[in-house]
Amino acid sequence: MKDEFTSATNPAGVQNKTQAVTAHPSGDKRFKVLDVTIKRHQYRQDALIEILHKAQELFGYLEDGLLLYIARSLKLPPSRVYGVATFYHLFSLAPQGVHVCTICTGTACYVKGAAKILAAAEEYAKVPAGQTTPDKQLSLLTARCLGACGIAPAVVFDGTVCGHQTPESACDRLKEWLKGE
Amino acid sequence: MDLTQLLEIAQQERSARKPMQVRCCIAAGCLSADSLAVKQHLEAAVKETGLEDKVQVCGVGCMRLCCQGPLVRVAENTLYEKVTTEDAPAIIAVIDRGEATAPRGDLTQPFFTQQMSIVLENSGRIDPERIEAYIATEGYQALYRVLHEMQPHEVVEAIARSGLRGRGGAGYPTGLKWATVAKAKGERKYVICNADEGDPGAFMDRSVLESDPHRVLEGMTIAAYAVGANQGYIYIRAEYPTAISRLQIAIRQAQRLGLLGSQIFDSPFDFKIDLRMGAGAYVCGEETALMASIEGQRGTPHPRPPYPAESGLWGYPTLINNVETFANIAPIIRKGADWFASIGTEKSKGTKVFALAGKIRNTGLIEVPMGTTLRQIVEEMGGGVPDGETAKAVQTGGPSGGCIPASAFDTPVDYEALTELGSIMGSGGIIVMDSSTNMVDVARFFMEFCMDESCGKCIPCRVGTVQLYRLLTKIRQGEASLADLELLEELCDMVKHASLCGLGQSAPNPVFSTLRYFRDEYLALVDRSTSNVGNV
Repeated sequence: MKDEFTSATNPAGVQNKTQAVTAHPSGDKRFKVLDVTIKRHQYRQDALIEILHKAQELFGYLEDGLLLYIARSLKLPPSRVYGVATFYHLFSLAPQGVHVCTICTGTACYVKGAAKILAAAEEYAKVPAGQTTPDKQLSLLTARCLGACGIAPAVVFDGTVCGHQTPESACDRLKEWLKGE
Repeated sequence: MDLTQLLEIAQQERSARKPMQVRCCIAAGCLSADSLAVKQHLEAAVKETGLEDKVQVCGVGCMRLCCQGPLVRVAENTLYEKVTTEDAPAIIAVIDRGEATAPRGDLTQPFFTQQMSIVLENSGRIDPERIEAYIATEGYQALYRVLHEMQPHEVVEAIARSGLRGRGGAGYPTGLKWATVAKAKGERKYVICNADEGDPGAFMDRSVLESDPHRVLEGMTIAAYAVGANQGYIYIRAEYPTAISRLQIAIRQAQRLGLLGSQIFDSPFDFKIDLRMGAGAYVCGEETALMASIEGQRGTPHPRPPYPAESGLWGYPTLINNVETFANIAPIIRKGADWFASIGTEKSKGTKVFALAGKIRNTGLIEVPMGTTLRQIVEEMGGGVPDGETAKAVQTGGPSGGCIPASAFDTPVDYEALTELGSIMGSGGIIVMDSSTNMVDVARFFMEFCMDESCGKCIPCRVGTVQLYRLLTKIRQGEASLADLELLEELCDMVKHASLCGLGQSAPNPVFSTLRYFRDEYLALVDRSTSNVGNV
C-alpha cells in the first residue's frame, strides 16, 4: 500500500478526520472529480462498480491506495472493494501501456481468423496477450466479443474499433505506434 | 403531459420533416467504418447545393447489412453501400441529377424482403437520439393506453395471451413471469432490463439499444406498471459505449417530458430507471449474478429457488427480462395480443432478431418470424458462404448453445426445435462455419471461454471446465485415446448436472453437439491403438 493515499499519514490527519472522505491529502485534482462522482451516488455502497469505472477512467488503473480510498469513502471493508475490483475483467490493477491494442476473439472473429491476427501481434510486440511491453509502449489485450461481428475480425486501436482486419493491417498499425514514439 | 400534447409533438415532428430524407447509419458497425464523417460530409453537401429546404440528413440506427457499411439510404428505394466521404457530394447531387459513385445496394434481395420488423420497426428509420422521432412513430402511445385504460392485471393478461416468450435464450413465458412478480408480496419491487449481452457473436441487443432506446424504456415502464414496481435498472455491458450514451440521452429526454419519473402521463404511477454498467464478466448475464452486480458485489450466482420473482434485488420481488423482450411490449399493446399471437409457430410467437455473422456473404442483423428455417436464413437471406464454399454448420446460442449441421438446416427456428437439435435459441447469434473450421477447435474455443468466465463459486464448473479444456486440447493435438473420449463425455455429463448456474450447466453443450454431429472429426484425431486414459 502506498501510504500517501491514506489519510493516516496526512500531517493534519488528526484534525481532518471528518474530512477524510471528502478531501484527499495528496491534493491530486483527480480525487476531487472522483469525490463528485461518489457524492452523486450518495455514498451508496451498491454504486461501487460505477465508482470503480470512474476511478479507472481518471487514473488509468486501480492502485491499492486508490482502492483503499474508495473503500473508506463508501465505508466498505477493503476486502470487498478489492474482491470486486479483481472479479471483473475490465478493471486493471496494473498500469497499461501508452497504446492499447485489443483484439476481439469472439466467435465471429474467431471463425474469420482472429487467432492469426493475435499470433502475428504477439510475435510483433514480443509479449503474450494480456501483457504490456517492457518499455510500457503497448498493451496487447483480447476481448470476448465487442458486438462488432458484422465487420469481423475486429481490433480496437486505442479505443477505435476497426473492422475487416488482417494480420498485416494490425501489425502495420503497431509498427506505426512503436516507431512514432 | 397528456395524450393531446403527445399527439401534438408527433404532428409537429411529422410536419417538420422535409420531403427527401437521407438517412445515414450511426450504429456501432457503421460508426467504426467512419459513418459519422460521412454524415457530416452529406450535411455539408446539402448546404453547398442549397437543397436545405428539400433534403434532410439524419443519423439513424442500424440498417442491418453491417458488412457493407457505412450505409446511406436516400428516400425509400435507394441504398448506398460502403459510402466514403468522397461519395457524399455525388449522393446529394443525384437527388437532383447526376451519377452517384458509391455502389448501390439491392433492396430487393431476400436479405431485406424476407425480414419482418416488429422489434426493429424503427431501426434505421428514426434518429435514436431524439425522443420526438420516436413519438412520431406512435411512440409512448401504448404506455398512455396502459396507464389510462388498463388495469395492471389486464396488461399481464394481454402479454400472456400474446404468447411472448423471453428472448434472452431460455424462452420462459413472459406473461407467466410478470404474473408471478405481480402476485409476489413486497413493500417494493424492481424491474431489471438485462442488457449484458455477453454471448460472443450476438449483437442484437446492442443494435436495438443504439437504434431505438425509447422502445425499451417504454416496454420497461409498461412492465413496471403491470407488476407494481417503481424502480428499474438497465444492466448494460461497459463494452457498449454508444448504447450507454444513447440510453442516457433517452432517459433524460423521457424524464423531461414526464414520460419517466413521478406521475407519468398525469397518472399516480411513478417509475424511475437507472443505468448500471457491467465490467466485463460474462456470468453477469445470469440473473442472480446480475443482481449481485447491481448491488455492487462480485457477480457470483445464487442457487434458485428462491427465484428473483419472489426474492430478487435486495430481497425484493424482481422482474428481469431481456432487451428484446421489452422491445416487443409496446407493439403488443398497440396492435393487440391476437395480432402478435398470429405470427410465428404454435409455441413460439412473434419474430426473433438474429445476428448473422461468420463465413457468410451478408453479415448483419435480421428479424424473421419464428418458424423460418435455418436454410432460408443462411442460404437465401445470408446469401450463402462466399468463395464457392458451402456451409458446414451454424452455431447458435453462444457458449451455451451448440452447432447445428447443414443436414438439419430445414428445421424451423423455434425454441423447441432448436433444443431438440441439441442447441438453444439463445439470445440470437448465428455464426456460420464452413469446411475450414474444425469442430473440435470450436468446442475447445467455447470451453476456453467458459473456463475463463467461470466465476469460481462452484467446483464442478470451476474445475470441470479446466479439465474439459485440457482434454479437448489433448484430443486436438492428436495425443488422446478412445478412453479419453469416453472420459470427456462422462465429465461433460457431470459438469452439466452438478453446476450451480446456467454457465456451468450449459458449458458442455458445444461439446455435446459437436460430438453428436461431428463425431468423425473427434475420431479422426483420436489414436485408437493406445489407452493412456487419465493422463490429462
